[in-house]
Parts: sequence; C-alpha cells; structure tokens
Amino acid sequence: MKTRPNYLAGIGSFAWLLVVAIPLYVMLSGTFQTREEFGDNGPLSFPTSFTLQNYADAITSGFGRYFLNTVVVTVGVVAIVLLLVPPLSYAIVRSQSRAASFVFRFFLLGLAIPAQAVIVPVFYLINAVGLYDNLLGIILPTAAFALPICTLILSGTMRDITGELYEAMAMDGASPARAFFRLVLPLSKGGISTIAVFSALQAWNGFLFPLILTQSESTRVVTLGLFNFQTQYGINIPGLLAAVTLSMVPVLLVYLFARRALVQGLMGAGGK
Amino acid sequence: MTTLATRRQAAPGGSTTSRPARSGASSVGRPGFAWALPATIFFALFALVPLAAVAVLSFTSWSGLGDPEFVGLENWETLVADPVMLKSLWLSLLFIVLGVVTQTPLSILLGVWAAGHQRNRAVLSAIYFIPLLLSSAAISVLWRALLDPNFGLPGQLPWLFGDGNLLGTQAGAIGVLIFVGMWQFTPFHTLIYQGAAKGIPPVLYQAASIDGAGMVRQFFSITLPQLRNTAITSIILMVVGGLTTFETVLILTNGGPGTDTTITAFYMYQEAFQSFDFGVGSAIALVLVVVATLISLVVVKVSGYDKMNSSLEGL
Repeated sequence: MKTRPNYLAGIGSFAWLLVVAIPLYVMLSGTFQTREEFGDNGPLSFPTSFTLQNYADAITSGFGRYFLNTVVVTVGVVAIVLLLVPPLSYAIVRSQSRAASFVFRFFLLGLAIPAQAVIVPVFYLINAVGLYDNLLGIILPTAAFALPICTLILSGTMRDITGELYEAMAMDGASPARAFFRLVLPLSKGGISTIAVFSALQAWNGFLFPLILTQSESTRVVTLGLFNFQTQYGINIPGLLAAVTLSMVPVLLVYLFARRALVQGLMGAGGK
Repeated sequence: MTTLATRRQAAPGGSTTSRPARSGASSVGRPGFAWALPATIFFALFALVPLAAVAVLSFTSWSGLGDPEFVGLENWETLVADPVMLKSLWLSLLFIVLGVVTQTPLSILLGVWAAGHQRNRAVLSAIYFIPLLLSSAAISVLWRALLDPNFGLPGQLPWLFGDGNLLGTQAGAIGVLIFVGMWQFTPFHTLIYQGAAKGIPPVLYQAASIDGAGMVRQFFSITLPQLRNTAITSIILMVVGGLTTFETVLILTNGGPGTDTTITAFYMYQEAFQSFDFGVGSAIALVLVVVATLISLVVVKVSGYDKMNSSLEGL
C-alpha cells in the first residue's frame, strides 16, 4: 500500500482552494460593508462596520417577489419530474418490449440537445398556447429538459432491484402497478430524492427559458432579477453581492440537507 | 390520478406475452409501454418536435408577430455571406478548445487527489463544490463585480490585472470568460473524475508498487488509462457546454467588445430575440445542433467511445 503523502498534489489543490475561496470571501465580506467603505478600502478588505443594509436593499428591490416566483417554478418542475420519471424508468428497466429500449435511446439522444437549439420553436409554441409571460410557460420546458438526465439517474437506481424481489411479489399475483407501488418506489427512494434535488437545482438556476419566455416584473425569477439588478444598479457593488449571496442561500440549505443525493446525482451525470 | 388509473388498465396487456415461456414469476413487474408514454410525449413535445420545427423555421421569415412565411434559402444565403456568423463559429471553436485545455488537466489532477482517503480532503472538496451551487447568472454577476475596473480587484492588484479594464480588450474578455468557465465547471468535472478514480481497482496499484513503479509512473500507466472513458464523457460535456455558453457571455461581455466574444449561441439569441429575425435565428440554431453533433461524433470516433455502448446500457 502506498501511504506516502503527495506533496505536489497537496500544493496544487491548496492553490486551487485559493482560486475558489478568495472570490467567495470577497462576495461575503462585501455584502457587510457600506458602499463608501467598499469603494475606499477595496474588495479584499475586511468589513469594519457590519451592516445589513445591502441585504435590506436587495430584498426591497423586488427579490422577495422573485424568490416566490422561483419557488413556484422549482416546485412545478420537481412535481412534473417526479410524476413522469419513475413510471418511465420502471418501463425502461423492466419492460421487455422493444419500444421501451427505443425510448431509452430516445432520451439518451435528448441529453445532447442544447436548449438554445430549440428555443425559437419553444418560444413559438409557448406563445401559441397562450403561456407567454406565465410561470407555467417556464415550468413546462424546464421540466422537459430535466427529463433525460433524471431518467438516466433513476433507471440506474432501479436496475439494482434484483429479480428475486419481483418473483417474491409474484407469489401473491401482483400486477405491474402493484409491483411499482409496493416494491419499485420504496426501493428507489435514494434515486428519487436525487432526481428531485437535481431537477430543483436546474429549475432554481434556470436562465434561458425565463429570459425568453417572460417579460414582466410579476413573473421575474431570481436569476433574471440578478441580471436586471446588474444593469440597473451596476455601481452598487455591495448591493449586487448581497443579491448574489441571497440567491445562493436556498441552494446551500438544500445542499446541507441533501448533500449525498446531490453529489451522487452530479457524479451520475458524468456516466460510469 | 386519471393517468394512473389508465396505466393500471393498460399495463397488464403488455406483460402477458412473456408468461408461457418461463415460470410465470418473470412476468411480474413487466410494465407495458404505456408506462413510458406520458414522459415520452411530454419530452417529444418540448424537445424533439421543436428540433424538427427549427429546421422548418430556418426556411421562413418570422418577426415574432403573425405567422412565419416561407422564404426558401434566403436565411442561409444571408448567413453564408455574414462575417459575424463565420467569426462566431471560430470564437466558439476557440472557446471549446481553451475550455477543454484548461479544465481537463486541472479536474483530472484534483479528482484523482480528492479520491484519496486523507481527512482534510473532504473539507477541501466541500469548498471546491460551492461554485456548483451558484447559478451561471449569479457567477457572472459576481465576477463582473469582482473585475469592475473602479471598485473591483484590478485596483487592488495592479501587478495581476495591468491597467484594469480586462473586458475592454478581446484577449482580456476571452481570458475572463475562459477563466470564469473554469471557476464554475472544474468542480463538476473534478467530481466526475473523483468518482471514476475511486472505482479503479486498488490491486492494480499494489501490483505496480511491487514492480517498483513510483507514483508518477503509476499515475501515467494506471490512473490515466483507467480514466479514459470518463475523460471522453467529460470532454463531450465540456464541448457541448462551451458551444452553448450563454448567460456568462450575455452578462459579462454582452458579446463585446464589438463582436469579439459573440459566440454562435449568443449570436443566435441576438438575431432571434433582439433583432426579431427568428428565421435567421433558427438557421443559426440548426448550425449549433449540427456542430454539436459533429464534434461529439468526431470525439467518439477518434477515441473508440462506441465500445463503451455496452457499459452505457449497463447503467
């Protein structure tokens, strides 16, 4: 066994730590400084007078509303994903029909379709059904684009359920639906929480669909709020940093509580 | 609830076919195709049908109001003659190459390092992870603020930033975009490599140690070859990601200075949603799809990734 510490790698990873951490430090320390203090002392300085005014400014400039909208979008996307992906993955993993394996390839293909490539027709479609500038108009395409990766993750989990368990279910003549609700769903809890967290993250951080499919203040989401805040109050850097920090808080909370689900989901995204 | 009810009815029909051959047990939990139908239709409606529609729309003229009007090859002729379009393709290619070249070695090294077992690694990995939690929009706004020539880092660190207005020159703007991409995505690729490096059988290293191979030798002879398939997945993701970088460009440089960072995905947005020329926008989108597919195919061919199909099916 090799136990010799790898000093070179250690130094390298410490250097990268600085690259990651310094901007985050500037972001946080900036939010607690007044504009004057930040301007005079520069971004690397430590705040001398802790102020929460920047957070108050960010919230009063509309972020409360944007958060609410983003929560609605996120909940909607997660609901659709949780409704559609488990039955789909079940069919992909257990169905013997050729159609099911064709569908799996179809979703694999979907992984490679960038949202930009289809944004014009989606814009046309959302307009045509009268959902332009409506949160539902963001929810539907965002959920659709979360399906391929979630299907890949969940069908991976469902494959681990062994055939013997299905045979045990067969003793009392269970239908596929019964097997799904009594066996497959309980045993794929881990994968299901992973896809919930993963699609929530995508929905929370989504930018392109909200940018193209909404326009009014009342449907603005957090990411667009940040973009807008920058163009309007570009010089108020501590205020901007406070808004960026706020946008991160819910995701950070989810990360703290669902770290395992998130990390596994991201690892799964790279394939095995 | 109604969909569940119909599925209950539809499912047994699909599952009866396999019963006579085996014990009967094998037919349990064999859902019919109907179980896959809702998700498939939903996905087709928002991803696949639009993919076909974008091809049709590329032969039309449409300003967003009224109906698209068929104009034949006009949009394509416009694009072929358009210097900005050609430039945007070169810029996209440059972005992809620089992104892959900067992120791959770093994330392999960090991932292999993080796959080890020492205590402090967990803490460091958790900090590396933070950029993944921020949206592209938040990251771009953050870096725009950090790089502000008057209030940001350049004023404090002149030895690093020169005269400070990084985003005012082409080289500076491209450098910033590449760096921000690296800052944002290296953690993700590190995570992929970390998972893969953990999966390398330790017995390979033990055998190499007995043969007297040092750590560097082990890295090049065992670790790298074992990470090959992961590297290809990771690089394809970088290519597609680089090709479709959008928020970062919009927020950090808005395509400028001039058109110096107008990559193809951003140009598509400008033509369609700022100039309201959806026909030309669709044509550019189609170019984007074709280029993404071609690059992925080349990577697959060159690397022999198709042999990985079997392990993909095993997922």
